[in-house]
Amino acid sequence: MKLGILVNEGPYTHQASDSAYHFTKAALEKGHEIFRVFFYNDGVNNGTRLTVPPQDDRNLQKAWSELADKHKLDLVVCIAAAQRRGILDQDEAKRHGKNVDNIAPGFRISGLGQLVETAMIAERLVVFGD
Amino acid sequence: MSTLHTVNKSPFERSAFISALNHLGPGDALLMIEDGVVGARKASAFAGLLEKTAKNFSVYVLGPDLAARGMAEKDVIQGARLVDYGGFVDLVTEHDRTQAWL
Repeated sequence: MKLGILVNEGPYTHQASDSAYHFTKAALEKGHEIFRVFFYNDGVNNGTRLTVPPQDDRNLQKAWSELADKHKLDLVVCIAAAQRRGILDQDEAKRHGKNVDNIAPGFRISGLGQLVETAMIAERLVVFGD
Repeated sequence: MSTLHTVNKSPFERSAFISALNHLGPGDALLMIEDGVVGARKASAFAGLLEKTAKNFSVYVLGPDLAARGMAEKDVIQGARLVDYGGFVDLVTEHDRTQAWL
């Protein structure tokens, strides 16, 4: 089945990012297709490559990137939410005069239309948040 | 149209648990995840209500989240069934839609 995932919470708030990750992984293991994972609000904080969690802590940003690489996932962060929280790709960094970009591998920045499309095309939309 | 309702906060913290119970319709199921698993605790102030709900609706608890909070199957109300993440995925596909009570 074609599934869509919406993540509304960052990796250091409660548990929603972890739940979304484990659900996505389990769905892929069962042979389902993940149409897209859309990161909205604080969820965009899953998409930075500049975090340095302690070595004995889970590294959710890296885990998402690795899962995306393995399964060719489409990980999309909302552009407005991302700009507010300093999540930038090369183009956005340049456009806003910032000297660095920080989007994690496997993530891309796009608009809310991508969430609408996910809701339309995926057979189920599963929401994780706070 | 059947709906899987997910609750991720304890009923002692938020009213989402009660809202979800009040919205269960024919064929619907309730899945407690994250801090929501606290709602399935045996002999709590909400146990009677959930036991009654479990007689008419399918009630599930995410096992890994239960274990992470120091609880096991013996600690949850009668009628609630434990699932793992794979079971969570199955519940999503078996129901027509998923409603997260955030």
